[in-house]
Amino acid sequence: MTAAPPAPGGRVRPLRVLLHVFLALVALGWLLPLALAVYASLRPYDETARLGYFSLPERLTLGYYGEAWSQAELPRYYLNTLIIVIPALVVTLLLASFTAFAIARLRIPGRRTLLIVFTAGNLLPPQVLITPLYTLYTMVPLPAWLSDSQSLYDSYLGLILVHVAFQFGFCVFVMANFMRTIPEEISEAALVDGASVWKRYWRLTMPLCRPVLAALATLQFTWMYNDFLWALVLMSSGDKLPVTSALNNLRGQFFTDYNLLAAGSVLVALPTLIVFQLLHKHFVAGLTLGSTKG
Amino acid sequence: MTAKTRRYSARDVTVLVAGLGVAIVVNVGLVWGPTLASVGLSATDWNGIGPIEWIGGRNYEDLAGTYPPFWSAVRNNVLWLAFLGVVATPFGLFCAVLLDRRLRMSRVYQSALYMPVVLSLAVVGFIAQLVFSSDYGVLNAVSGLHVDWLGDRAVNIWVVMVAAGWRHVGYVMIIYLAGLKAVDPALKEAAAIDGANERQAFFRVVFPTLRPVNVIVLVITVIEALRAFDIVYAINKGRNGLELLSVLVTENIVGEASRIGFGSAIAVILLVISLGFIVTYLSQLFRGEER
Repeated sequence: MTAAPPAPGGRVRPLRVLLHVFLALVALGWLLPLALAVYASLRPYDETARLGYFSLPERLTLGYYGEAWSQAELPRYYLNTLIIVIPALVVTLLLASFTAFAIARLRIPGRRTLLIVFTAGNLLPPQVLITPLYTLYTMVPLPAWLSDSQSLYDSYLGLILVHVAFQFGFCVFVMANFMRTIPEEISEAALVDGASVWKRYWRLTMPLCRPVLAALATLQFTWMYNDFLWALVLMSSGDKLPVTSALNNLRGQFFTDYNLLAAGSVLVALPTLIVFQLLHKHFVAGLTLGSTKG
Repeated sequence: MTAKTRRYSARDVTVLVAGLGVAIVVNVGLVWGPTLASVGLSATDWNGIGPIEWIGGRNYEDLAGTYPPFWSAVRNNVLWLAFLGVVATPFGLFCAVLLDRRLRMSRVYQSALYMPVVLSLAVVGFIAQLVFSSDYGVLNAVSGLHVDWLGDRAVNIWVVMVAAGWRHVGYVMIIYLAGLKAVDPALKEAAAIDGANERQAFFRVVFPTLRPVNVIVLVITVIEALRAFDIVYAINKGRNGLELLSVLVTENIVGEASRIGFGSAIAVILLVISLGFIVTYLSQLFRGEER
């Protein structure tokens, strides 16, 4: 936009100034807690213990980042997160896109019921099903090469599965809505050529779904990355925890160094903030795709 | 129509059955199956190992009668819902309305407001401790008060709700902004020509067309209020005034005492409340969809 919106009469409008002041204040208020976390993470504990967090710095240090990184072994937990999130993301999108394709493009019986059941499942609070799920996980045996706990409980596979199952409904819903907007003619032409179901899904429909796949991938990465509850309940070995849940380990039994915790929080928040900055168009698209019908 | 008379080859059928089969098995096995199992287990006194004994509605009686955290959790969940619904959600809508005009810097304001949405609620809980800590926290330092914001049972739930609202406002704002952008500008112009001021135009003309978005925001608000967990768990494991139904369910399985039956009864109460809203939402969503 090059020109300012035409002002009726061309006066300087005090209301508009007020609007800017208000929005700037709100924006500032919203960023302040984050800025505070960064600031606290840069200051030594004895200083903030003496002066409080709201004080001028005497000394700034990156030491807590080093400590969180090496002593708290954050790289290992980042890796755990990737081991869980990447497969979960890929499987969720594949399974959801195929299901959405079948529901939206093929006239299979009961497709409406399927869509409703899948969508509703995604809306349940996790606690509604977590107790039996926990019990189920402890009872399902896995071979040792898949999980050193020899059960679905406390295994990467278990967490991957729960993410797939829980996020799948939302993705199906969004993708089915999107696929309905693709003109039928494309599919019909392929039908005349005798294309198989798989070909129509993989070769014809999926390439057209790139924008919605990008949006969902961005959103789902953030959600799976931010998960705290599933790992808390379905994992017991501290060294297999994803990074968000491992953050709790930076809290001592009797004493918590909040500056260290602040550095850890910043490090944990960083990947999602970066994804958000880089892909923020997709992120917003993902959030709003679910809310406005395609 | 060709689509109706189309025949699938044997290979097509195999692909379909395999793909949908996996989807259904995963969904039923890990989501709906356990949900139903919660209902069944809530009528037992199972502790996870021994024999399962049917005790009917006794878990529910115990919950209501002899389990003090239950009522304080119910109260906190209701407060949480009310706070998000009456304060955070309207504020998000208000910001969306302000941002839905051609403003310089609009993108900057938007980014700031929804930055917290990408943060984990656990991280929000840790950041809240920096602001509200009684000894070193910013709030006490700035205000000169000596309130134990997170430790005092009388205030801590309010403080935590503010922190949760911090994130919720941005979420609501994005969704309303998308809804507002989709409103036909001709509507607003027509209202302006008819002499309506901005407030009248919004409440009489724009807001009614946002009905589907309102339903979605309502459901998101309710679901968020029922799901609230990470933030209180990160602060003090959901004790001492920060009890929530979700925390009580989790406590009964990860805690020392494994009370599967009792925990399930709390889960069922959550289920009943959430199903009410889910059904409302889905009937709005799928209404008039005849295909």
